[in-house]
Amino acid sequence: MRKIWDIHGGVHPPENKIQSNQKPIGVMPLPDWVSLPLNQHVGAPARPLVKVGDHVKTAQLIADAEGFVSAPVHASLSGKVVAIENRPIPHASGMQAPCIVIESDGEDTWTELQPCENYMDLQAEILLEKVRSAGIAGLGGAGFPTAVKLQPDANKKIDTLILNGTECEPYITADDVLMREQANDIIAGAQLMAKLLDNPRILIGVEDNKPEAIKALTDAAQNTAIEIISFPTKYPSGGEKQLIQILTGKEVKSGTLPSEIGIVLQNVGTAVAAFQAIKDGIPLIERVTTVVGRSLQIQRNVHVRLGTPIQHLLSQHGFDENNCARIIIGGPMMGYTVDSISVPVIKTTNCVLVPSEDEMPTPPPTQPCIRCGHCADACPANLLPQQLYWYSQAQDFEKLQAHHLMDCIECGACSYVCPSAIPLVQYYRASKGAIRQQQIDKQKSDRARLRFEAHKERVEKAEAEKEAKRAARKKAAEEARKKIDLTKSQPAEKSDTAKLDPVAAAMAKAANTKADPADEKAKIERNLESARNRLARFNHQLNDARNENDEARAGKLEPKIKQTELKISELENKLAQMAKT
Amino acid sequence: MLAFFEQYPIISALIALTSLSLVFGAVLGFASVKFKVEGNPLVDQVDEILPQTQCGQCGYPGCRPYAQAIVNDGDQINKCPPGGQTTINALADLLDVEAPSLDEEHGEESDVKTVAFIREEDCIGCTKCIQACPVDAILGAAKHMHTVIASECTGCDLCVEPCPVDCIDMLPVEKGLKDWSWELPQPANIIATDKKPHSENAA
Repeated sequence: MRKIWDIHGGVHPPENKIQSNQKPIGVMPLPDWVSLPLNQHVGAPARPLVKVGDHVKTAQLIADAEGFVSAPVHASLSGKVVAIENRPIPHASGMQAPCIVIESDGEDTWTELQPCENYMDLQAEILLEKVRSAGIAGLGGAGFPTAVKLQPDANKKIDTLILNGTECEPYITADDVLMREQANDIIAGAQLMAKLLDNPRILIGVEDNKPEAIKALTDAAQNTAIEIISFPTKYPSGGEKQLIQILTGKEVKSGTLPSEIGIVLQNVGTAVAAFQAIKDGIPLIERVTTVVGRSLQIQRNVHVRLGTPIQHLLSQHGFDENNCARIIIGGPMMGYTVDSISVPVIKTTNCVLVPSEDEMPTPPPTQPCIRCGHCADACPANLLPQQLYWYSQAQDFEKLQAHHLMDCIECGACSYVCPSAIPLVQYYRASKGAIRQQQIDKQKSDRARLRFEAHKERVEKAEAEKEAKRAARKKAAEEARKKIDLTKSQPAEKSDTAKLDPVAAAMAKAANTKADPADEKAKIERNLESARNRLARFNHQLNDARNENDEARAGKLEPKIKQTELKISELENKLAQMAKT
Repeated sequence: MLAFFEQYPIISALIALTSLSLVFGAVLGFASVKFKVEGNPLVDQVDEILPQTQCGQCGYPGCRPYAQAIVNDGDQINKCPPGGQTTINALADLLDVEAPSLDEEHGEESDVKTVAFIREEDCIGCTKCIQACPVDAILGAAKHMHTVIASECTGCDLCVEPCPVDCIDMLPVEKGLKDWSWELPQPANIIATDKKPHSENAA
């Protein structure tokens, strides 16, 4: 018997798994339309490759990954793209996001797939590319792109691959029935993933409340080195860091990823998806989802195409709207309610829970915290929930961070045990959001400060340059004046009247400023030349005007010619005088 | 030596104290030179808290000058409308003074963040807004269309006034999925007298 470790805290809520795990996985009739959000995973939204009006086939690539942490989206049925627009998505905010909407043609014609029988002979890079292009994202609920996790890092050796078959959250049995029915696929998927990660040891962790699943996996894993490990049922053993601690005894450091300690964790459903993507070439276009709750006539698990509206899913199971307290995506502990039944099933939708009012009554009114400390006993992350609660109320973000709010996995164990029915997790989620926003604002204001300082520096520099130029000009002007004063000083000294009389001074200055005679001569010659040219042009124009009998124009030109002639004679005189002197 | 100390205890005590004070004085003197802090670190701390919109609504040409005025000239800390009450509280906390409410004279606090937007078909390329922008977030050249780098715009409004054709609008920043976060639950009022009147609850 293998040694297993225990985690701190945890709770034992009623499991409520029996309702849905007794029936085989059902197959849903195709919906009339599907709405495929571009962002069903963690990371950047995919970029649409189709236009409205395009006809697409099932499994055809319709949106490609944008960036490294992203995943492509494939058509989950054949038909016409009728819209690429904002539609309701399963998200706690109730907001809308860009979706590709496909109207079914009812035929479900598939695009050509590329199956591969001898997949174990392929190179790791090719396998990884197949996983990436199949759009696989973690099916356990977080939706992290699988290919990114399987990308080997040269600096870190992965020594353990853990498949997570824990499924600790009440009501959800999607992984449970998948392990019973497709144990062989899970084992094959695990071996594939191990090949990508340079053959680490493989552990599959399953809670001991799923004996059938454990048996199926153990049978399938005979003759392999894969270990199936069962451990006592406790919520939330299926958390990534919790399961790693249970199976290996190692703790993942705060703020780091499991790969830091050489561990990669994948959901069992993800393993099946990866196996099918590589062997059969089927991209991720459907998943197993638990449909459960007392407002349904049939409660079971189904293979459902991604993008199928929940409305369709529920109506196939005898949904009684009047008996339904709320619609929860995910389980009762970590799930969130949605208002619209037109939201689609996406890659991360592992459960649709529609409880009746008596099954999941409205929580009693919140009462004040009595400092009983049950929450601290229940916290699997070893935090102090009541302290976090106080600081959340006071919005004391520094203290919250000092108390490691960011390590909270939002499992809801603290809220579950709270005798005052305080919605603790909601406080933490709100505070986490506020802290994240504060960090973004801080970054932005730091950038603004830098830009402002750079701007100020630039303006000052430009100002200084201008100032320097002005000073240089002033200096040059002063020097010129000094020169003038110097040449002027001799006549000025002769008579004091010249100094006092501004007219005389100006005349003296004019006399002095007379430039070099050679320059003067050249200038006059230039003027003369241009005057002659002008005269010739005017004469020419006059001729034209006369030829056209345009008397008015000729009349205008004549005085101009006279003027130019006068100017020429004047300039010639000047030139003659200069020649004399 | 020992005999001298025994004979004149008062003088020896004085010698001991004097030499001690000389040694410590030397150490302190050395430390004050070696670990001298350039400038006033408090200005940096205050500047850190201010929102860096550089809008000048406080009457100073930017956040840092206001920080300097607060620290060096003891100016009021309630002149920053973009920062609002949160900033005033943080400043009061830092400077250990009572937190006043925002001085309405300098503007009102707004919940909606805005960003400048140039209607490009109306822009005549006069560069006046470019000169007005304190964070160089407007791009363009003379007689060429200008545009705002939205991610760098602090929403300070300073470019709106100089525009001769009024082609700059301050648009509210759209809140998308990425900006969304859970809201803090309303505190419960289980004691009857704590309960707000029904109309307020509904509002």
